[in-house]
Amino acid sequence: MVTEIRAGQAWWKINVRELFEYRDLLMLLVKRDLTAVYKQTILGPLWFIIQPLVTTVVFTVIFGTVAQIDVGEVPHFVFYMSGLVFWNYFAGILNHGAGSLISNSNVLSKVYFPRLIIPLSGVITQLAHLALNFVTFLGFYAWYFWQGADLQPNRWLLFLPVLVLQCALMGLGFGLWVSSLTIKYRDLKFALPFMIQLWMYATPIVYPAALVVTPLYRKILWLNPMTAVVEFGRHGFTGQGSVYLGGLALSWGVTLFMLVSGLMLFNRIQRTFVDTL
Amino acid sequence: MSEPAIRVEGLSKCYRLGAIGRHTLVDEVQHLWCKLRGRDSNAYLGKVGGGSVPVQTDKEFWALKDVNFEVRTGEVLGVIGGNGAGKSTLLKILSRITEPTSGKATIRGRVGSLLEVGTGFHPELTGRENVFMNGTILGMRKREVALKFDEIVAFSGIEKFIDTPVKRYSSGMYVRLAFAVAAHLDPEIMIVDEVLAVGDAEFQKRCLGKMSQVAKEGRTVLFVSHQMSAVSELCDRSILMQKGSVHAEGPTDELIKGYLESNTDHASFYRANPEEKLDQQGYIAQAMVLDANQERRSKFDYKEGVSVEIRLELREIPIGTVVGASLKDAMDRRLFTTQHPLSEEERRAGRVSFLVRLPEKLLAPGGFSFQIALHLPRVKMYDYLHSVCHFEIVDTGSEFSYSKDDYGSFLVDCAWRNLSE
Repeated sequence: MVTEIRAGQAWWKINVRELFEYRDLLMLLVKRDLTAVYKQTILGPLWFIIQPLVTTVVFTVIFGTVAQIDVGEVPHFVFYMSGLVFWNYFAGILNHGAGSLISNSNVLSKVYFPRLIIPLSGVITQLAHLALNFVTFLGFYAWYFWQGADLQPNRWLLFLPVLVLQCALMGLGFGLWVSSLTIKYRDLKFALPFMIQLWMYATPIVYPAALVVTPLYRKILWLNPMTAVVEFGRHGFTGQGSVYLGGLALSWGVTLFMLVSGLMLFNRIQRTFVDTL
Repeated sequence: MSEPAIRVEGLSKCYRLGAIGRHTLVDEVQHLWCKLRGRDSNAYLGKVGGGSVPVQTDKEFWALKDVNFEVRTGEVLGVIGGNGAGKSTLLKILSRITEPTSGKATIRGRVGSLLEVGTGFHPELTGRENVFMNGTILGMRKREVALKFDEIVAFSGIEKFIDTPVKRYSSGMYVRLAFAVAAHLDPEIMIVDEVLAVGDAEFQKRCLGKMSQVAKEGRTVLFVSHQMSAVSELCDRSILMQKGSVHAEGPTDELIKGYLESNTDHASFYRANPEEKLDQQGYIAQAMVLDANQERRSKFDYKEGVSVEIRLELREIPIGTVVGASLKDAMDRRLFTTQHPLSEEERRAGRVSFLVRLPEKLLAPGGFSFQIALHLPRVKMYDYLHSVCHFEIVDTGSEFSYSKDDYGSFLVDCAWRNLSE
């Protein structure tokens, strides 16, 4: 095995074989993130479920009961939760990815391993969270279904894995961008939580996309790559929500662009970021 | 003839000073503008850099400058040099933590680098979990760690606590476990920095033993340490770095000698400004640390004799005046005082020099300085230097079987007689 260390290696060269060699580390990081966080807590991993559940309840009360946003025939609880499941997965990956360089700088400045391992571990960790959330959601969904609520599951459900994959790639892409930029502009560290929150309201989670009728706003809404994911996902479960194929294509375009450019940028930044810490 | 395990060619690393992390948006836009117009933005904005020729400017610092050397397969090469000589930067580049600015390094074989022990230890995880975590961070596969797990735990000597979260460990236990993982890395090439400076004396000895075992197994090791004794013990050949370049290369012992002799910093030398002393009856004009050959030095082998030359300027000094010197350790504690009453001739001479010679094999490795005074005891202080003539006794491996850096201040060859026989 010959390693050559030199300046200015190509932006686009990502050593996939090396990533594969560190797969054990990837899985241990996932395990660490899943177990270490909730040590010395009583409820432990239940927190993974409680957080989105409480958010759903709050949304139901505020946007459903108080503000009375029209979500059609779908039970409010199912409506909000179906959106949140996707959103939380995306936001979780983005959040984890964004901090991957800065918050691990003490390790990264002492030992080398492919830095991409860290954001990748976030994708998998969040997948575990997603699974828990999804099971909770299915529980409520089944209950409402049994109660005779107007839910029309359809063939778009088969599209679900694609939507999850899209969430993952999108979260990773944006996460890589933010973590690379944070090295230079620390402001992002403060701006990110705020941005994520605003972004959530720009995504049809507490309202259906159909509620936005002004053509200009509609365009902006569908430019947001998460819009398609949430709308298509919700449609699969409830039969409501828009199936706008153009929007889906656009969303995939944005996702892939952000992912590829994010990978390149991250690859460029990670090589010398230790010098600017 | 096989290729060398590590070949470093023209390796340079430049750090930008000051400006780091303070790029403004205006800066960026200017750069972009220049790029769009097809100009070299650096030249346009009056900045230097980007070229491959190391040029020293105010805003740049070349931590490494055109470093060249080779490490043969199976060789244990030491890297020595003072603070800021570029050792750490070199290791960082060779362990791929950062990239060089120019030049290249070719490494043949799997590298394990140890710039710190316990990297990636998570306080909430148990010792067992951290062993796996740390091992994989250092580049091992999980099953490799599993194979060596028992050996690692036995080496660390903390079997009882292996399932306790490491946040409950004492710092000593933490370091033991961390070193145990590192010591069982199995790379073809090991890059090691200062890790021996941890743990208690007994554990350090085991670490050193482990290191020399690794060396004997024919693995390639690049070893950096301030502890000259460790370097001379482990490495036959070394490179001496100074100001970012390889200053010398050769057998370790010769190199260490050269390093000791080359180091004469100004703290080892004191000279009074006569202008300030015009109205004094007498003062200490000069004081410096010398070696056996009357050469100025500041670093000594423990086997060498250390001398201090004190030059006095005397005008009207009364009978009974004394010149005294106290030796102080690095913590500024006074170790002993030696003094000399000035004789009639000496007082009249106006200018007089003394050479105070300390016996060899007296001081244990560590930093020392002198406190020098010219005074009439209990009556008047003519001149007083609180801390001058700094020098250092460097551990080059003594016969006193010490293995840690806190030696106390003196070396005393005590007799040990076994009474139970």
